[in-house]
Amino acid sequence: MFSGLLTATVFLPAAAAIVIALTMRNKQAVRWSSIGATTITLVLSIIVFVAYDRDEGGVQFVDQITGWIPIDALRAQYLLGVDGLSAPLVLLTGILGMAAAFGSWRVEHRVKEYFFWLLLLETAVMGVFVSLDLLFFLVFFEFEVIPMYMLISIWGSGRPKYSAMKFVLFTLFGGAFLFVAILAVFLSSSVDTFAMVSIPEAGIVGIPELIAGADLIAPAALIFSFFLIAFAVKLPLWPLHNWLPDAHTDAPTAVSVMLAGVLLKMAGYGLLRINVGFFQETNGFTIHDAAGVLAAIAAASVIYGAIVTIRQTDMKRLIAYSSVSHMGFVMLGIAAVGGSAAELSQGGLNGAALQMFTHGTITGLAFLMVGLTYDRTHSRHIPHLGGLAKKMPIIAIFFIIAGFGSLGLPMLSGFVAEIMVFLGTFTVWPWATGVAAFGVVLAAAYTLWMVQRTFFGPGPAPGGMSNETYEELTDANWVDMIAVVVLTVPIFLVGIWPSVITDTFKIGIEAAIR
Amino acid sequence: MSEPLAWLIIGLPVAAFLLNGTVIRAWLGSQTLVAGWLTIAAVAGSFVLSVLALTDVANNGETLYETHEWISIVGLELTFGIMLDQLTAIMLVVVSGVSLLVQFYSQQYMHGDRSYTRYYSFMALFTASMLGLVTSRNIIQLFVFWELVGVSSYLLIGFWMERPSAAAAAKKAFLMTRFGDFGFLLGILYLFFVNQDTPGDLLDIPTLYEVIGAGGIAASVATWIALGLFMGAVGKSAQFPLHTWLPDAMEGPTSVSALIHSATMVTAGVFLVARFFPLFEASNVSDLVALIGAFTAVFAASMGLVAKDIKRVLAYSTVSQLGYMVMALGIGAYAPAIFHLFTHAFFKAGLFLGAGSVHHASGTFNMTYMGGLRKNMKWTYWTMVIGSLSLAGLFPLSGFWSKDEILTVAFERGSDDGLAVGWIVLVAGLLAALMTAFYMFRAIFMTFHGEYKGGAEAEAEDARKNNLPEPVGLGHTHRQESPWVMVAPLVILAALAIGVGFLVNPLPDVGPIKKHAFATFVTVRNDNVFVYEGGHGKDEAHDDEADTHADERQLPDAIHAGAEPEFSIPIATISSVLAAGGILLAYAMYISGVISPAAMGRRFSAIYTVLFRKYYFDELYEGEITIKAFYGRVAKFLAWFDITWIDNVNVQLSKLTGNFGRGLANVQNGQTQAYAAVMAIGFVIVLFAFLVWGS
Repeated sequence: MFSGLLTATVFLPAAAAIVIALTMRNKQAVRWSSIGATTITLVLSIIVFVAYDRDEGGVQFVDQITGWIPIDALRAQYLLGVDGLSAPLVLLTGILGMAAAFGSWRVEHRVKEYFFWLLLLETAVMGVFVSLDLLFFLVFFEFEVIPMYMLISIWGSGRPKYSAMKFVLFTLFGGAFLFVAILAVFLSSSVDTFAMVSIPEAGIVGIPELIAGADLIAPAALIFSFFLIAFAVKLPLWPLHNWLPDAHTDAPTAVSVMLAGVLLKMAGYGLLRINVGFFQETNGFTIHDAAGVLAAIAAASVIYGAIVTIRQTDMKRLIAYSSVSHMGFVMLGIAAVGGSAAELSQGGLNGAALQMFTHGTITGLAFLMVGLTYDRTHSRHIPHLGGLAKKMPIIAIFFIIAGFGSLGLPMLSGFVAEIMVFLGTFTVWPWATGVAAFGVVLAAAYTLWMVQRTFFGPGPAPGGMSNETYEELTDANWVDMIAVVVLTVPIFLVGIWPSVITDTFKIGIEAAIR
Repeated sequence: MSEPLAWLIIGLPVAAFLLNGTVIRAWLGSQTLVAGWLTIAAVAGSFVLSVLALTDVANNGETLYETHEWISIVGLELTFGIMLDQLTAIMLVVVSGVSLLVQFYSQQYMHGDRSYTRYYSFMALFTASMLGLVTSRNIIQLFVFWELVGVSSYLLIGFWMERPSAAAAAKKAFLMTRFGDFGFLLGILYLFFVNQDTPGDLLDIPTLYEVIGAGGIAASVATWIALGLFMGAVGKSAQFPLHTWLPDAMEGPTSVSALIHSATMVTAGVFLVARFFPLFEASNVSDLVALIGAFTAVFAASMGLVAKDIKRVLAYSTVSQLGYMVMALGIGAYAPAIFHLFTHAFFKAGLFLGAGSVHHASGTFNMTYMGGLRKNMKWTYWTMVIGSLSLAGLFPLSGFWSKDEILTVAFERGSDDGLAVGWIVLVAGLLAALMTAFYMFRAIFMTFHGEYKGGAEAEAEDARKNNLPEPVGLGHTHRQESPWVMVAPLVILAALAIGVGFLVNPLPDVGPIKKHAFATFVTVRNDNVFVYEGGHGKDEAHDDEADTHADERQLPDAIHAGAEPEFSIPIATISSVLAAGGILLAYAMYISGVISPAAMGRRFSAIYTVLFRKYYFDELYEGEITIKAFYGRVAKFLAWFDITWIDNVNVQLSKLTGNFGRGLANVQNGQTQAYAAVMAIGFVIVLFAFLVWGS
């Protein structure tokens, strides 16, 4: 089977990157070509999302080459496909990729290389979401480190080398666990495949079916925790989160957008696809045995992240810590698998999936707006700012929209995901959910504080930005607005009409939990 | 009324919001009058439709429109739809009616503001959200609009966002109400799973009524849910202990205060308790509701006694009157509470608009710089006097009737049912009535009587003399009556403040209007959920008697949610005497000078200071709890812990790994002798091992 659509979606940015690297010299040409490539990728991802047949369900648009690595014993395939779980995330990657390309408009330093790595990054992330072969999944999951390292260390600010290396070390640390866990699953005699799902049309029997009741070469609990560690680092989950604030703070704007928007979602996707999908009926240990612990860590992540956020004075660092808090909701929703299969709440799992999508667009927008602000003010230190709404009302409006989205205002998408997680998980873990729900109060506190200090008031705070700089501030221009609008539309759309995404996610979740 | 028309009630202001916020702002600018006209037209449309809805409900009873799917996942199905019952119909008319008058008034009041378009756009958003709130038939839907109302309030309090005080007040309002919303949310989560097999069915309000009517919810369960919902109501309706945001919310334009922070949004909490009244009746929290309301009624009124800012006096009065409504609901006086909400909306909106008119003339809200304005602005003066008399509850104005019903029911609860809470509510109500009459007429006398004290210019002058920063929000002083666009709404609201109370809910039959028409209207429903049961929760054993409820209704002496309290001459006399006494006291202090306010202030300086500093709640909440304890200790500790421990452990671990690697790397130093030495040592060890364990 080979439809080619997904192969094109995944590799188009990489192909464009190579063409740009080899043929172009003019900065403007590089920018427009990159924007063109990401725009086409967005169109392709929209096609994937829209054309996915929800009545039929299952895995669609399969691209399969069996002899990818010509070693029979390895059984590795080139296997791409989307189901209900990955289709919205493909769309998300398309949206964020295009927004990141537009958001990089002002990059002046080594432009060609910059866009080269940015495009490779999009391919890597897209690859993670559509790979249905574990080995291939691993390759993309790890490959993403290289462009990220380059982008942060060369185009970053602050302590870019330190933050980039920290990012690499954490990711590789998690990656090592991922690798071992994948091998352990593969080497278990009755599994002997890398296929992450069953695709009857292609004659593929996947790990979720084979692993049920099978003898594994290591205890299921151990394999499960290896996967969990790998994804918890990436999500990130307390107490493995410390790479994120540094990486975010020092990364260039568009890379923060990609990092918060889609890179973290690779972990949430992994948790749903692998930890939830594989460990339903494993021998001796299932995900239900771990659900209580997951709920507790999730609640800790939400509250701890939110409280630490309140102390931050750097806008980017503040949003980065808030991401720790918000990704805790993803884990909380996943904990809705419950202590036993009977307790499982699909609402919570769907909420977790939707939270990934909504956090991607909302936090992506937040970082974009911080970037636009920083381009003009040259400061992200909140006590130095103030009164910006008067000089740049449009930036203020969209910054506030992102802020309201992040504090869970109804009619914006964040609320829907949070209420789904709460309603879904409360029945299973009432205390953890009740505690985590207080996170929305804390979210309002840090968001409104930031908005008040930076955008409201008569002008810049004393000792902050000079009055000359303040007077010369300009609002967003139309190129900036394209990225802003691309991210804002899904925030409102999902907030008002959540079924547009949840109707797809639920197909994937149902398949994952069977 | 057909469903599309019902949706149009919300849809019209939504359309005005969207158009004003996008194309009109973009094409016609930030000061276009078109924005005002558009919002006025949209709200007028909503008002007409609301009146149609009211007549429809009056003639045909309630309508439950079909539900629509919002999220559909196994075990998590959320729907939305419109519920048009008696309570909704009343609220629709109040909200759209007051909103219409305020939008009309704002044309002049906000004239020349550099963000005129934004103002009307936000006002349309608020009106839409509030109308959505009262028509919701699903509690999640209600919560959605509840939050949207909160955000419109945030945007409008912070409308003049370049003022730091306005920005801070907006944040404070949002955060404090959100704190209450946390409880609301937990209540919803609990309610969602009361029926384990069909999660979410009880979120549909009519279904909830049915289930409660059939005794399907145990008192213990209802108690937890009602507590959560009440926490939301306490935040939104600024009840103690979440009351501190409302006085600060006066930083917004006065027209905003009139609509949002007196007549409509803050009554959303009262509406919430009324909407879930059957649930509260089935729970054990009724007494708590009554006590919180009673305490707030007195507590807030006491702060109103000394406030210098006319808007703050009105704000405390609003908190106090909301306490009145809440305590009424707590003792089961459902109909009187709604009735009071109804009359209060008109006279309080009128008073706020009057304060705006005063500001228009004097440039300030500080009453110590006013005085003598009655000569210059007769219309404003008389409408405000009427509003104050109505608020003070003087016979036969609107406020008298609604207040009297609450007090009468409280008296019945105390004397007939022997409930202590009834007496507490009665005493609190009377005390609040006395204080209300005093502070309102103190405000009237300070503003309109005596000598003119210079208005905004004098205030700015004084600030300069004392080296203080000039107070924000001072306008121009031109002592004259406001234009008719502002006066007309005042007159309409004053007329309502006089007559609406008696006319809609008269004691004897008046022509076509039946005795207790309003009370009968709001309590007559197709189901039997509004039968009062004594304010105490049913326990499970009680459920067996659920079948007898229907019979209970037929009994002549059954109290239908306080719908038809008998007029009690002693109660009416006492409350009238107290109100008159309050007015006389104010007269003695501020007109005749028999009692000197300054001397009183000195003699009771300790009390005066405590009241003037609002019992130090701002210092407690913002200074001690939020800044010192939470920000300064908890958050500071965690932020320190995060860097010093969690991050540091990670960094040290990676350094350790690095050093370990470097250590190993040293071994491979390329020197043959070293390799040979290691080999030799290894050989000896292996040999030794063989010798010891080998055999």
